[in-house]
Amino acid sequence: MTDMTAGSGGEVLTTRDGTPLKAALAIALRREKMRALLLIAPLLLFILLTFIAPIADMLFRSVENDIVRNTLPETVIALQDWDSTTGELPDDAVYDALFVDMKAAVAAKEHTKLGSRLNYESPGIASLFRKTGRQVKKMEPGNAKEKFIEIHKGWGELNVWKTIQQFSPSYTDGYYLAAVDAKRTSEGIVSKPEAEQIYFTLFGRTFFMSVVITGFCILLGYPIAFLLANLPLRTSNLLMILVLLPFWTSLLVRTSAWKVLLQQQGVINETLYQLGFVADDGRLELINNQTGTIIAMTHILLPFMILPLYSVMKTISPTYVRAAKSLGANDWTAFWRVYFPNTIAGIGAGSILVFILSIGYYITPELVGGREGTFISNRIAYHISSSLNWGLAASLGTILLGIVLIFYWAYDKIVGIDNVKLG
Amino acid sequence: MKLKTLTLALTATVFASSAAIAEDMTIVSWGGAYSASQNNAYHKPYMANNAGVNIINDESAAEAVAKLRAMNEAGNVTWDVVDVVAADAIRLCDEGLAMEIDHDAMLASAPDGTSASDDFGDLIVSDCFIPQIVYSTTFGYRTDKVGGTPPADVCAVFDTAAYPGKRSLEKRPINNMEWALLCDGVAKDKVYDVLGTPAGVDQALAKLDSIKDDVIWWSAGADTPQLLADGEVVMGSTYNGRLFALIEEQKQPVAMLWDAQVFDLDGWIIPTGLSEERTKRALDYVKFATDTQRLADQAKYISYGPARASSAPLVGKHEALGIDMAPHMPTDPNNAKNTFLYNYEFWADNRDDIDAKFQAWLAK
Repeated sequence: MTDMTAGSGGEVLTTRDGTPLKAALAIALRREKMRALLLIAPLLLFILLTFIAPIADMLFRSVENDIVRNTLPETVIALQDWDSTTGELPDDAVYDALFVDMKAAVAAKEHTKLGSRLNYESPGIASLFRKTGRQVKKMEPGNAKEKFIEIHKGWGELNVWKTIQQFSPSYTDGYYLAAVDAKRTSEGIVSKPEAEQIYFTLFGRTFFMSVVITGFCILLGYPIAFLLANLPLRTSNLLMILVLLPFWTSLLVRTSAWKVLLQQQGVINETLYQLGFVADDGRLELINNQTGTIIAMTHILLPFMILPLYSVMKTISPTYVRAAKSLGANDWTAFWRVYFPNTIAGIGAGSILVFILSIGYYITPELVGGREGTFISNRIAYHISSSLNWGLAASLGTILLGIVLIFYWAYDKIVGIDNVKLG
Repeated sequence: MKLKTLTLALTATVFASSAAIAEDMTIVSWGGAYSASQNNAYHKPYMANNAGVNIINDESAAEAVAKLRAMNEAGNVTWDVVDVVAADAIRLCDEGLAMEIDHDAMLASAPDGTSASDDFGDLIVSDCFIPQIVYSTTFGYRTDKVGGTPPADVCAVFDTAAYPGKRSLEKRPINNMEWALLCDGVAKDKVYDVLGTPAGVDQALAKLDSIKDDVIWWSAGADTPQLLADGEVVMGSTYNGRLFALIEEQKQPVAMLWDAQVFDLDGWIIPTGLSEERTKRALDYVKFATDTQRLADQAKYISYGPARASSAPLVGKHEALGIDMAPHMPTDPNNAKNTFLYNYEFWADNRDDIDAKFQAWLAK
C-alpha cells in the first residue's frame, strides 16, 4: 500500500496516491477509532440512559427546590421585602398574595405537596397546609390576615413564615446541611443539637466498619488464594468451587443462615452452652450488633478478595521464590521480600472492590446490624422509601459517592491505579 | 404436518386474543397470609362475577408510597388498587398520588341502608382512604419464660427485673414512644400533648433508654413471631394477625398481651393518573370488596377486624381451624379493655422530626 522507497533523504513519506504518510496513518487510525466507538456505542448509550442519567437526575434533586416558588409565586415575591428579624408578622399584602396563591394551589391540588415538603424543615406545616386547603375553598377575599390566622394559628407564627421565606429560592443547600447535621438559622449555619446528630455518626461508622471488613477479607482471603494458586489442579479446582458456591447463593439466604447460626439460641451459642463454655444467661451476643454485620459481610464479600488475589498469584512464577531461597533467604524472607510484593496488586484490587462494595451495602446490615451495625445506606433507603425525603436521600447519596471518589483518587495517588490487577 | 402447525398457530392466536380480552388489574398488597385472605374473600368472588377481569397480585405494599411516587413521575402508573396503612394513605393523598373518594357515592351502603360514610364512621381518616380492616400492634410473650406471673399490662415490657430477657420492638418511634410515656406515668389522653414537646420526646427516649440493651429492633412484621418462636425474645410487639397465626396455627407457647394495643387501619387507595376506564374498573372492584359481607368474609381467614360497623355481627369461624374468630379480633370487648388510639395527624406532622431524634438516640 504505502510506497516505502520514496522515503530517502529529507522528503516526506507519502502513500502511492501522494498523501503524506502521517496524514494517511491518522485517517486510518481515526477510522479504526470510529469503528471501535461504533462497536461500543450501544453499550455506551445503554449506560448513559440507564445509569448515568438517572444518577445525575437523583444528584440534582439534592439541590432542587422549585416547589415553593411554583406553588406560592405571589407570596414569594411579596415576602421578599419582609425582614424576619424584626419579630413582626408579614404585612397584609403578603396574606393577600397567600390568598391568591392558595386558591390556585388548592384548585390544582398542589398545596398539600408543598406542606409535606416544608414539613421536613419545620414539623407541623403539613397539617397547616392540609387544614388551610379545606377552608380556603369557601374563603372570600378581604381581611386575609385575620381569616388565615383564624383558620389555623400557624399563620400567625413567625417560624412558619421564616421557613417559607428561607426555602423560596429555586435551589437550596438545606438538604446538604441536614446531611451533615447542620441547619441554617438567622445566626447563620449552626450544627444541630447533639441529640439530633446522626449522619456524622453513620458516615463514620460506615467508613470504620468497611475498613474492618476489608481487613478481615485480606486476612482470611490471602491464605485461601495462596492455596488455590499453589495446590495441584484437581484439589484447587475443588477448593475453587467451595469459594464460588456461596458466591452463587442468594444473598438473602446467606444472611438468614448467619441469623440461624449467630443468634443467642442459635447453633454457635447452643454448642458453646452444651459444651459448657458459656452459661445460659451469658450467651454471646453475636448478632444484631456490629459483630454480626462484620461477620456476615466479611463472609459475603470474601470472594471479591479471593478472586483478584488468586488471579495475581497464579501469574507469579515459582522460580522467584526458588531463586530467593537459593540465594540464601529463609522461608519468611523469601515470602516477605519476594512473593508478597508481587501480590500487592491483587491486594489493592481486592481491597478496592471489597471496600467500595461494603461502603454502599444495604441489605445485610439491615438484617443483622441491629442498632449499632447499620450503615448510612440504611438511612438513605429510609428516606427514599419511608419518609419520602428524596432530596435528603440524594444529598446523602452524593456525599457517599464523593467519599468513594476521594478514596479512589487517594488510592491512585498512593498506590497507583495502574498497579491494580484483576488478572 | 403442515396442517398440524397451522392448527397449533391458530390455537395460539385464539388463546392470545382471549387473553387480551380479559383485562389485567394489578392489586398491590402485603403478601403472606394477608394477601391470601384478600384473595379468598375478595379476588376470587370478584373474578367469578367479572369474567373479563384478571387480578394480578403484587406484594410491594411496604414500598407503595415511594413506588407510586416514582411511577407518577415517570407518567406510567401500573397499579390499579393499592392496600396501604392509613398513615400512608394520608401521605399519598397529600402528595396528590391517591384519588379522592366520595365514600357515599362510590361505595356500597350497609344492608340496612346506612350510608357508607356512617358505616365506616371515624375510620375514614383521609379523603382518599377506603377503610378495610382494623388491626392492632400489640405484644405477645412466651408463656414458658415469664415464670408464674404472666405479664398483665404493657409496662411489663419496661420491667426487665420481673421479666428478664430480650424484647423486640419496631425500629421506629411510632407506638414505642407512646408506650414509653404511658409507662412513665403520663395519662393516656395526655400522651400526644406531652410527645408534642421536645421535653416529652426526651422523656420517652429516657424511658426507652432504660431497656435499650435488652431490645432487638425489628423492621418486618414477621420478625417478632420468628424471634418468639426461636425463644430469642421473651416478649415482642407485632401485628395481632401475625401473633394469631403463631399461637393458633403454629401452636407455639405464646400468648397475647392485649393491654395498650394500638389500633391502626389498613385500606385501599386508588392511584391518580389512571385512564378513565381503569379508574372505573378499580372503583367497581373496591365497591365490591368493601361491602358488608366481603369485609366480614375476610375475617374468616385472618384475625383482623372488619372496618364496617355492619360487618361485625357477620364475623364467623376460621375457614380452616373452625374456631370462632370474634374473640381473636382486636376490637373484641375482652381484648379492647385498654386500647390506645393512634393519632394520625400528630404523626403526619411530627414523624420526620421525632424519627430523626429517635434514630440518633438509637445510633448512640
